[in-house]
Amino acid sequence: MGLINPAVANEGIEGAQISTASPNWVTTRLDFLINWSRSNSLWPMPFGTACCAIEYMATAAARYDIARFGMERQSFSPRQADVFICAGRVPFKLAPVLRRIWDQMPQPKWCISMGACASTGNIFDNYTIVQGIDTIIPVDVYVPGCPPRPEGLLYGIQLLQKKIMSESKSDYNLREEAVYDAQGLLLTPSRIDELSEPFGNSVHQTRSL
Amino acid sequence: MSARSATAYVPHEIQGHQPGTVAALRAEFGDAIERDLVSCEESIVYVSRGRQHDALAWLRGTPGQEFNYLTDVTAVEYRDPERPLEVVWQLRSLKRRADLRVKTALEKSQPLEVRSVTDLWAGADWLEREVFDMFGIRFQGHPDLRRILMWETYAEGHPLRKDFPLRGHFTRAEQTRQALAANPEAHYSLEELSIADAYNELPADMRERLLKGERGYLR
Repeated sequence: MGLINPAVANEGIEGAQISTASPNWVTTRLDFLINWSRSNSLWPMPFGTACCAIEYMATAAARYDIARFGMERQSFSPRQADVFICAGRVPFKLAPVLRRIWDQMPQPKWCISMGACASTGNIFDNYTIVQGIDTIIPVDVYVPGCPPRPEGLLYGIQLLQKKIMSESKSDYNLREEAVYDAQGLLLTPSRIDELSEPFGNSVHQTRSL
Repeated sequence: MSARSATAYVPHEIQGHQPGTVAALRAEFGDAIERDLVSCEESIVYVSRGRQHDALAWLRGTPGQEFNYLTDVTAVEYRDPERPLEVVWQLRSLKRRADLRVKTALEKSQPLEVRSVTDLWAGADWLEREVFDMFGIRFQGHPDLRRILMWETYAEGHPLRKDFPLRGHFTRAEQTRQALAANPEAHYSLEELSIADAYNELPADMRERLLKGERGYLR
């Protein structure tokens, strides 16, 4: 709960226009209130495609109970959801569906990429699996693991809550929709290729021509 | 030979070794039966491409054979580039509790075509579509031969062929672009679906829904 002194924040900026939205006592208090309420009432939308979804279900069930973190309501409609949790591998065939669901979610929205497959493609370095959903939609928190244990997902959720607590209404760009280029891509082609580069043992596999 | 093949009829075991069926096939089709072998106590019969459909129809319809259930249709490509592709039909007789595997070799120098068996076993429909999708083998006489696993506009070829690189032909960026360009809500008009031909045989409630335009248009 950082209280920012605008006099200090703007120090050294000669003749800087202090806009009405620059951080001051009122806006930071408002930010705190908004962020506190947002981060503690996240409605997750599970997008379970594989075994990670099983761990997600365990996380949502009584023993781990993500309701403790304000995620009481599982939203199975993207239109009433705050957090998109992609649990499992995403084939290219599903990529437009994933994109459509993300686009249907209203702001404010966040994305957790749960597990190695959603984050990187995991061992499925083949013709059919998206090599990380961050090539399609923006991701806030990556949870490693194959699949991650419920504790791992809970830690990821807590990280997301921390991230939300540091947001500010005075940052105009924060809650803007992602912009896709004319080709419908989130990232530049060279960036996608770079992100999808094989790594680890996958480099040595010889089954490709 | 194992004790099992010596038994004439084992009620609760699958009989994979079918010397009688193979002999009957040879008597019926002669040279069209290219070879037969027993592997893991399963009979495998190679039928020439020209007589493949006749042999399968015979196996299905002949009393004493009655292979009335088509377990699977698939295909094999071997690493040896000279070796032909093989289409595999795994048959089962529910009545006789017997299994038989029928194969047809397709030379790569010739068009990869074989006759569809959807007229014999309706369940072959999706199985043949999968083989077409993955291997590019065309089934002549199939009512609706289009991709089933990969999406309709998939342009990289047939993934299970040996000349298909594991990561696909295109760059990841191009694959992502093409995938995102696909319309997830695209559906087929009734004219494109073979269901249109069967309209009159559909249940009344389904016909009603179709007329209401839930899945496109009906003229």
